[in-house]
Amino acid sequence: MAATFGDSVRAEWAKLVGVRSTAWSLLAAVVLGVGFAVPFGLAGAQDFLGGTPEERAAFDPTAVGLRAHLFVQLAVAVLGVLVVTSEYATGTIRVSLAAVPRRPRLLAAKAVVVGGLALLAGGLVLLASFLVVQAVLDGAAPRAALDQPDVLRAVLGGGLYLALVALGAVAVGVLVRATAGAVTVMLCATLLVPAFTPILPRSLAVLVGTFWPTLAGNKIMTVVVDPRVLDPWTGLAVMAAWVVALMAAALVVLQRRDA
Amino acid sequence: MIEARGLTKRYGSTLAVDGLDFTVRPGTVTGFLGPNGAGKSTTMRMVLGLDRPSSGTVTVDGVRYADLPAPMHAVGALLDARAVHPGRTARRHLTWLARSNRIPDRRVDEVLELVGLAAVAHRRAGVFSLGMSQRLGIAAALLGDPGVLLFDEPVNGLDPEGIHWIRSLVRGMAAEGRTVLVSSHLLPEMALTADHLLVLGRGRLIADTGVGDLVAAGTDAVLVRCGDAGFATRMRAVGAGVRQEADGSWLITGMTAAEVGGLAALHGVALAELTPRRATLEEAFLELTRDSVEYPVGGSVPERVDGAVGAGVAR
Repeated sequence: MAATFGDSVRAEWAKLVGVRSTAWSLLAAVVLGVGFAVPFGLAGAQDFLGGTPEERAAFDPTAVGLRAHLFVQLAVAVLGVLVVTSEYATGTIRVSLAAVPRRPRLLAAKAVVVGGLALLAGGLVLLASFLVVQAVLDGAAPRAALDQPDVLRAVLGGGLYLALVALGAVAVGVLVRATAGAVTVMLCATLLVPAFTPILPRSLAVLVGTFWPTLAGNKIMTVVVDPRVLDPWTGLAVMAAWVVALMAAALVVLQRRDA
Repeated sequence: MIEARGLTKRYGSTLAVDGLDFTVRPGTVTGFLGPNGAGKSTTMRMVLGLDRPSSGTVTVDGVRYADLPAPMHAVGALLDARAVHPGRTARRHLTWLARSNRIPDRRVDEVLELVGLAAVAHRRAGVFSLGMSQRLGIAAALLGDPGVLLFDEPVNGLDPEGIHWIRSLVRGMAAEGRTVLVSSHLLPEMALTADHLLVLGRGRLIADTGVGDLVAAGTDAVLVRCGDAGFATRMRAVGAGVRQEADGSWLITGMTAAEVGGLAALHGVALAELTPRRATLEEAFLELTRDSVEYPVGGSVPERVDGAVGAGVAR
């Protein structure tokens, strides 16, 4: 009777639902995602009302509707980090590796469980946020609806974006091992670097602005496409490539390291 | 059956485990004995594939641990009882472990019953006492009903009742034909629990012996008191181990009392005392590991004399 990858996934799922931090992370995702929808919607409406004709033409109610991903991704990142770092903090990593000695399998099982949860729960939160924002925009600015071209792609793409953030967080968790360090890395990657990109020298700002994983990946959540940046799917592919690279590094480190 | 061949682990310039060759056989309790830092835990981690050997191999039932198709059915291990997420209940901890190796959920309740934790199965592991944590760790080891069991310092921090419980559990497991390896730095504990001993010091295998054999193995000594210091030289000349005790007496190894008496008669030396001394298991162990204690206590480890029995730390 051999244990399979499916068994490892079921075990990781049982681990995830067995601790409070999972519920807290999900609650934070809901509160941040839906709670910030109203101010984002109001701000979007104001931008539109006070905008120049060019700005009005570039107004993207879908992107405004999904702007809460900036906060939801933090909850998702913490979830992804904790799935790994809590094992190092409590010493259960040894118990886990004794139960599942094939280390790529253990890492893959964690990735499937966390990635899947981020995709589903994150996607639902973004959908809710999108709907709230459209209700807020109503009457003040153009609104988006799910049956308009590319809007559903943007909303579902938001779920994919959050799943990639979660997978990146798992990889960072393996590389860093300590919770505080890994969360800091994820904060820098998702918020600080994007925030400080504009003050970089011009050529560097263009490069970082185009290819930084979250800045490339968030293009999937736009419908009015800016021709100067990557198109939605190329952007998400660039982000996915970053995540694949991080996962590969995590796998190499996990394989080599004594537990 | 656990087999190590040339098993070596190097951390930087430190040899934690140095060329171990041993076999742990089914149906007996094998005690893994040695002072702290001797390499016991490192060896156990290598058995479980957690640490990668610098060289050499270790197999369980002829297979590398990582190649076992469902490892918990073959090997149960308790390395660190505190290695449980404090927010997870005992049952949930065992449940995820069971899932990982396709063990049915009812087995979780069985082992909870077996270790006496059924009543607290719904409580978070973070509130468990050390004794309860040890029981939970043992429940986890028994989940897959494995033929090989590894327990690293299982009685550490337990009260007498807990110690007694673990001792009878370990003996019972071996009686069922399982392979049981139990590590400890406490010799009296091992003397009560183990049939066979692997004695480790500074990463090396010092002895691979039955518990009874360890006491019998040339550790008996003869206490001699005489005024003639030259007699010590004569005894050394015939190959005996000689060490002067603090009270001026001599402790002789490698000769029986009769041989010492004969030698004294031959040279016309008057002996004030000639007493055979049976070594205790404790002394035998201390002698074996004397040169391999990393940080000896007391500060005054006596000058080493060939084969002498009993170090300063012994009394």
